[in-house]
Amino acid sequence: MPAPTLPSENPAAAAGKPSGYALEFENVAIAFDEKVVLDGISFQLPHGETKALFGVAGSGKSTVLKLAMGLIKPDSGRIFLLGEEVTRMREKDLYELRRRVGIVFQESALFDSLKVYENVAFRLMEEKTSAEEIERRVREVLRFVELERTYDMRPSELSGGMRRRVAIARAIVTEPEVLLYDSPTGGLDPVTSNTIVELIMKQRDVHKTSSLLVTHRLQDAFTMATHQFDKATNQMAVIPKGQRGEVPMSFLILRGGKVIFDGDARELAASRDDYIREYIS
Amino acid sequence: MALELELISPVEIAKDIALAVQEYTLLAAQSVANFFSRPRYIGDTLHQADLIGVGSLPIVILTGLSVGALLALNAATTLQRFGSITLIGQLVSLGMVTELGPLITGLMVAGRNSSGMASELGSMVVTEQIDAMRALGTDPTKKLVTPRVGATVFMLFFLTIIADLLGLVGGYGVAHLLFGLNTRQYWTSVWQTLVFRDVFTGLIKPALFGFIIATIGCYYGMSTRGGTQGVGRSTTQAVVAASVLILVVDFFVTKLIFAIFGYR
Repeated sequence: MPAPTLPSENPAAAAGKPSGYALEFENVAIAFDEKVVLDGISFQLPHGETKALFGVAGSGKSTVLKLAMGLIKPDSGRIFLLGEEVTRMREKDLYELRRRVGIVFQESALFDSLKVYENVAFRLMEEKTSAEEIERRVREVLRFVELERTYDMRPSELSGGMRRRVAIARAIVTEPEVLLYDSPTGGLDPVTSNTIVELIMKQRDVHKTSSLLVTHRLQDAFTMATHQFDKATNQMAVIPKGQRGEVPMSFLILRGGKVIFDGDARELAASRDDYIREYIS
Repeated sequence: MALELELISPVEIAKDIALAVQEYTLLAAQSVANFFSRPRYIGDTLHQADLIGVGSLPIVILTGLSVGALLALNAATTLQRFGSITLIGQLVSLGMVTELGPLITGLMVAGRNSSGMASELGSMVVTEQIDAMRALGTDPTKKLVTPRVGATVFMLFFLTIIADLLGLVGGYGVAHLLFGLNTRQYWTSVWQTLVFRDVFTGLIKPALFGFIIATIGCYYGMSTRGGTQGVGRSTTQAVVAASVLILVVDFFVTKLIFAIFGYR
């Protein structure tokens, strides 16, 4: 897999033209109450790739996702999402762009006053899709996350893992071009975490969706780098050792508001940086 | 353990107040502007109208009846001394229709619904549901704020009319049962006292109060920070701010109407 290019190496962005990446951060900085969270970070997410974003608690991982969606504005720098510069767009125009992107929040953020199918169908209802089409797509996507039986249930009746899967269903129901996951396996037991990792992998390998995966569980990202989804058996399978570099998977590590690593699994394993070695050990 | 008090400069406090007023004004203006653009959430507005209007009906009925009866009781004691008990209908109708009906209804609905809106929206903010809505491409001010504003203004108008009517009925009950006033005498005096200005005053106020109740409730809800504790704080602040603002606006509206139509 080719190493991601630096911002200066992207001629489209340098010329102020739409970026050719699914997502691109260019010298983005943000501070909250004078505490610098991101200090000029730059990275790119190529189309079809899944990038795992690591960092200790408070390192700004969730902030990166909110910035990417334009939910918050950076103090400086530029962010391109699907070729549109979100840092320059008005909130009104961002609503259109966000319909092409899916996000899974850390605590699922399901609408607790709505039933599961209403949560999943929320965007389709807003787009005035026909009732038959909504039902078909909601059932299909709930089947994808293996939760069709929860169709008529309320979020309060679901377990934490089920809520995450419903949140994934809500994010993918409109077949977005980019998916952003905020700690989708955080606080879950290993079995449920594995199910969710498998779902993310299925989305990557079956639908070829570009994804940014915020996580603090290194094993999840390594599983994604060493496995691929097998459509025939409907489960993930280990990739033979010689073919591992072919998986569209990369890693990004944040530390002290800076990007200290951006590369694939092989480069990560070969890193000589003490912090990274300690982090992955 | 010694408590550490953090001193905040008056300039910072003034800046925070100015910022809050600016944010509130923007939200209120946006909630009105949304009526003129698509999408329009008719279903959500009807749902809110049911919650706010039908849900508030019991307290509005009770307070309307009680306030009318109390007004008649207090007025009758004084009027009886001057042998003018027949004026009781005039007093109750003027008091209820121009002032107490809108005010009491506004305060009751503020207590019930401003707090409800602040806590509901506040909970949505702290559980990232508002961010999720924005991420799903839906404007929360259109989906959540504007339907509440429209429904409160519309329903408060009718709730006030109900409170006025029940206040008059309460007054009649006291005047007839306790002071033996003739039914026709009471209702004729109620009817004849009221002029256009009184009815206009009594119906313009609920529209303004409804707007205050909904925009204040939504503003405090949408600006909630700090988890469940923040939700509680927003709820209390919404009720206090809406009630105070209703009383202040009531005074200025009454004064303005007197200035336009002249004193009786």
